[in-house]
Amino acid sequence: MSLLEVVDLSAAYGPIQVLHGISLTVDAGEVVVVLGANGAGKTTALRAISGLVAAKGELRFDGVSILGRHPESIAHRGVSHVPQGRGTLAGLTVDENMRLGAYSRRDREGIAADLAEWYDTFPPLAKRRSQTAGTMSGGEQQMLAVARSLMSRPRLLLLDEPSLGLAPLVTKQLFETLATVNRERGIAMLLVEQNAALALELAARGYVLEAGEIVASGTAENLSRDGEIRKAYLGR
Amino acid sequence: MDLNLFFSQLLNGLSSGAIYASLALAIVLIFRTTGILNFAQGEMALFSTYVTWWLADQGLSIGLAIAISVAVSFVGGAVIERVVIRPFEKASPLVIVIATLGLFLALNSLTQVVFGTDAKQLGSAFPDTVWDVWGLRIEAQTIGILVVLGLECVALWVLFQRTRIGLALRAVADNPEASRLLGVRVGTMLMFGWGLSAALGSLAGAMVVPTTQALTASSLQSVLVFAFAAAALGGFDSPLGAVVAGLIVGIARALTIQYIEPLNNIELVVPFAIILVVLLVKPAGLFGSTQVERV
Repeated sequence: MSLLEVVDLSAAYGPIQVLHGISLTVDAGEVVVVLGANGAGKTTALRAISGLVAAKGELRFDGVSILGRHPESIAHRGVSHVPQGRGTLAGLTVDENMRLGAYSRRDREGIAADLAEWYDTFPPLAKRRSQTAGTMSGGEQQMLAVARSLMSRPRLLLLDEPSLGLAPLVTKQLFETLATVNRERGIAMLLVEQNAALALELAARGYVLEAGEIVASGTAENLSRDGEIRKAYLGR
Repeated sequence: MDLNLFFSQLLNGLSSGAIYASLALAIVLIFRTTGILNFAQGEMALFSTYVTWWLADQGLSIGLAIAISVAVSFVGGAVIERVVIRPFEKASPLVIVIATLGLFLALNSLTQVVFGTDAKQLGSAFPDTVWDVWGLRIEAQTIGILVVLGLECVALWVLFQRTRIGLALRAVADNPEASRLLGVRVGTMLMFGWGLSAALGSLAGAMVVPTTQALTASSLQSVLVFAFAAAALGGFDSPLGAVVAGLIVGIARALTIQYIEPLNNIELVVPFAIILVVLLVKPAGLFGSTQVERV
């Protein structure tokens, strides 16, 4: 049984159908990437999984249907969505953002230990812990968004374009950290990304989304060898 | 100039200002968490005050009556959010303004239907002791009101800065969608915010009535006007602004009554003239950070 099972999922914004019955799975501890052009429905797919967008079809997390549940309760089950634009609580401090990441937890010692650990992993955040989050650079805010999600001890991270607006070097460091987190913590990730080269390095498998439908899928290795995908997403 | 008279008017201004500040705090609390200007804030407080009166009329001590009324108001405020406001969650700000105005009229009528239209007498929670300090008369009432405002401020600060639920309330005010993704139950937080605001209004009502002659259905209306003025002056998103501006408005009003005699009702003009000037120079208010959109 996969950790996340999406079967024939459709979603619409008012009269505009965005997802036309997509199916995908993410196994426990696995990193899966969804590639696709702008407007293909990648963000909508993640928003449907985390409950922000109403959807039809089947949606199961850890064997339990989460279709139609509130985003709050899906978050409590261990799905943590890092939204596009990072969802920084701009007027709160870095530390307050981090503590809100652990909002669904009650174990004080565990939270304190995780806080220390993630500040260790992301030193720039530790340095700015009492700074207002909205005043940080884009790269630092993305770091915060990921670290904050990790504070909830998720079993599945949904990452929406984490590289958006970041300098190449910062993006590279971020992906290295994601790889480490996945390896050491066994946290599964479903990643939506324009930077296909980096994403396929991180992911074990991938799907290609076009106009709301899955048009290709396979192991990251096979996808990066595929001629058309290379042309469309890898630029070579 | 008669310094004694000046200081006694200053004290008068501080005590009415503290009440404006209390109600302005309630307005700011709802505006910060929901972006809604609640025009029914005064009438919510009116209903609460009648509840306080009714409980006292049943023979309860005034302090106990206020405490119970505060608790009832908290629940009532939360219910109003869920039943009256939530259905308009995705409506335009204009629709929500109309909804709060409707709530204003409904609560005013409901108060008269439930409690009758005759004027009520409500005692003060504070003793009617008067201290004489170097010839200046200081009423226990004035000090009591200021102490209550001070306690409200401390309690709100502790709630917002030191508790988990306060942190969640601030998160919802900052970015509701991101908060939901972190597992914060936004609906519950909004209900909590409205409940808190109604509870503050209940306290303000219980303090204002003993300082005026009697409790009637229009008792809270001028207070609401000055509280709104204070919230605008301080900045609709700033609790500190609400408190400071509430006191400024109260003092300005009291000094106007004392020193600008020739015109009737001039005390209504001066505070608003001050506000006009401040907002022309600083549209977000003295302590506000966001521009308030016109609706």
